[in-house]
Amino acid sequence: MMDMNQYLDIFVEEAKEHLQQLNTSLLQLEKNNKDKAILNEIFRVAHTLKGMAGTMGFVKMQTLTHHMEDVLDLFRNERIVVDSDMVDILFECLDALETYVNTVSLSGQEGNEEFQSVLDALANILGTNKGKKKTASIENKEENPTEEFKPVSEKLRVEFNQYDANVIRKAFEADMNVFEIHVELDQGCLLKAARAFIVFQILEKNADVIKSVPKVEDIEDERFDLEFTVVAITKKDKEFFVNEINSVAEISNVEVTQVLPQHLDVETEKDDNSTEAEISGTTDKTQDENQPVVRTYKTNKTVRVDIERLDTLMNLVSELIIIKNSLEASFENVDIDTDSIEYLERITTSIHDAVMKVRMVPIEQVFNRFPRMIRDISRELDKDIELHMVGAETELDRTLIDEIGDPLIHILRNSADHGLESRTEREKLGKPSVGNIYLRAYQDGNNVVIEVEDDGRGIDASKVRRKIVEKGLETAEIVNSFSDKEVIDYLFKPSFSTAEEVTDLSGRGVGLDVVKTKIEALGGMVEVDTVWGKGTKFSIRIPLTLAIIQALLVHIGSEKYAIPLSSISEIVNVQPEEIRMVREQEVILLRDMVIPVVRLNKILEVPDSLEDQKNITCVIVKKGDKLSAFLVDSLVGQQEIVIKSLGKVLSNIKYIAGATILGDGNVALILDVNSLAL
Amino acid sequence: MAKNDVGKKSRQFVIFRLADQEFGVDIHNVSIVEKYMNIARVPTTPPHIKGVINLRGEIIPVMSLRAKFGLPEIEVDDDTRIIIFKFNDVVLGVIVDVVSEVAFYDEENIESVTSITNDRSLDYITGIAKHEGRLITLLNIEKFALELMEKETAER
Repeated sequence: MMDMNQYLDIFVEEAKEHLQQLNTSLLQLEKNNKDKAILNEIFRVAHTLKGMAGTMGFVKMQTLTHHMEDVLDLFRNERIVVDSDMVDILFECLDALETYVNTVSLSGQEGNEEFQSVLDALANILGTNKGKKKTASIENKEENPTEEFKPVSEKLRVEFNQYDANVIRKAFEADMNVFEIHVELDQGCLLKAARAFIVFQILEKNADVIKSVPKVEDIEDERFDLEFTVVAITKKDKEFFVNEINSVAEISNVEVTQVLPQHLDVETEKDDNSTEAEISGTTDKTQDENQPVVRTYKTNKTVRVDIERLDTLMNLVSELIIIKNSLEASFENVDIDTDSIEYLERITTSIHDAVMKVRMVPIEQVFNRFPRMIRDISRELDKDIELHMVGAETELDRTLIDEIGDPLIHILRNSADHGLESRTEREKLGKPSVGNIYLRAYQDGNNVVIEVEDDGRGIDASKVRRKIVEKGLETAEIVNSFSDKEVIDYLFKPSFSTAEEVTDLSGRGVGLDVVKTKIEALGGMVEVDTVWGKGTKFSIRIPLTLAIIQALLVHIGSEKYAIPLSSISEIVNVQPEEIRMVREQEVILLRDMVIPVVRLNKILEVPDSLEDQKNITCVIVKKGDKLSAFLVDSLVGQQEIVIKSLGKVLSNIKYIAGATILGDGNVALILDVNSLAL
Repeated sequence: MAKNDVGKKSRQFVIFRLADQEFGVDIHNVSIVEKYMNIARVPTTPPHIKGVINLRGEIIPVMSLRAKFGLPEIEVDDDTRIIIFKFNDVVLGVIVDVVSEVAFYDEENIESVTSITNDRSLDYITGIAKHEGRLITLLNIEKFALELMEKETAER
């Protein structure tokens, strides 16, 4: 036996991809149950999974997918109309397959779970159909003219194009036999390509192979399931091939069919009506339909790379940028030609961009699971919910992708459960009974913004106010002085839930605060916009990457600090007398905006900071849509910096997001704008 | 080396000095000893945390043992060293006056301190080694690192 372990990883990865595809297609199917292309796609996935499971010896998975295929075949032939319950069963199949794949990824075995109920449900569909079969096929006759197109003699699996037909006609003229030979391999066959190779050797010794489905190259690369079909021109007779090929090991079935002139007539008749371009087009298409095994990935060619290798590469790029910065620093005071340094700078930036791109993955990976989730929630809550997703192609650093899923699930559940009203309530309000949730992702500068918006009831600020007082967090007086926005920010405080009743989904009072903590840990932030009666919008803003950023370096005393450029809105100079006190808070006025002042030297306890200069430099930073003015001693300049952690001992130091190494080898701390801004 | 292999159990220590006292740390936890270098102060940390250094691209927090033990700080000189400790994935640098030697001490010459006192400040001390008439205090530096991390989780 061959050692299959080396293939396990690939199996799991690919199976997961196929399951994801299956998930997407099933959701589409539910919306459009007549679409043959979707059914074909689902069939293709089931078929591929069956083949993969078979190759790996996962018998239970194979059985399940086999039954799925049977049922799907009925759907495809329009013997049964797909309804929601059928889709439910298919979803159950999907869940079962996922369980198998997960078990495989953990243990290398498919486990003992049989999923008998799912198998029974599938068998049920098959069983009930048997009775109906006759009537169904009669009904279908009219809609399915191709069915009647069957050739008079034994049906062939392969279709011929004009070129094939000409070759075969010549063969007839030369009194040769033309056979279509269909070979099926054993289910457990491990060396499929090798077996096929032996079959081909036999054929080539004794005949001319003029056509092969799948293509010979695909067969050589093992890109076929358990069967293939060839057309061969030969002087030998049928028996010879049946015997010869059957003598090869691990062959389960050989069918040899004689190709007759009428086979060609039927095809050429059809072909004659079309131009040549169309011929190749149609044949390609039919091949695709007949060959669900041949993969039709829409994506480009890809290479799977261990994420650790990418991290190593990223670290090396970071080192490169540090050394570039240090070169720049050492050349600063030397009067030499700086062209090559500038060139180096451009190259390092490009390399950085390229490596970043490699690490970027579309957010689709996270979004993909949501339609299913919303579907389940909508059934559970008996609400009609439509999920609209926009911008799934938006890319995000790989490490962030893994982290962003849970917070999003939470917000989505929140919107579906608390945000959207029940069907009757919506109708009473004159809203369409179907509630909408919009999930949008887009890039905004160095950030990615993800929005979850619903058209539900919105958040009732007065209810939140009441709750704040009830929970004893603030007195009624103070709460009443808050703006609605300030009040709603309380939703992100720990143990705060306004849901009237606790449901299975959310409302246990844990949630939004966890979401906030998580997003802030990623260097991002969450905001809520809500209009009572109209809906709520959660906006999450997270940085594209965590590793390398553009930053402004500033002096505070003799120390240097870095402020991420993405959070800076502008830099202004103010006179000391322009700083005023409003409600015990220092502020400056900038174009009629009152901006609170943060004296960094005080907060950061810088020992030797300049006090009361004539001209004070203010770095205006934004936190969400609020501005704060950071007072600094002077500006150093803009630089590309590599973010490093302060190490385990100093992780989560207040006000500091990390450290970076400057060109001169010294360390500058990166300010955490979110915690410093007011 | 040879004499240590015969029967007796012995451990290897890095010996350093603070003021007029000698200390030892288990060599297994010492990753490298570095000359003093520029330290960037980190705000809102306890006073004995001097800041972070850049050790060949790695950012490492550094503490002063003098400050921790309440000894007066002294000027940095040529003898000042930073001992870099590594405990699993926790890295910590410790500033000391001078690193004097690396020595083997037999287990039988090491006395446990718990038998003498249960003063809490002695938590950092794992034992006292007697060697050629000198008394060397053996420290558990990991305790300092853990203490710092605990404090932070408590603050959060």
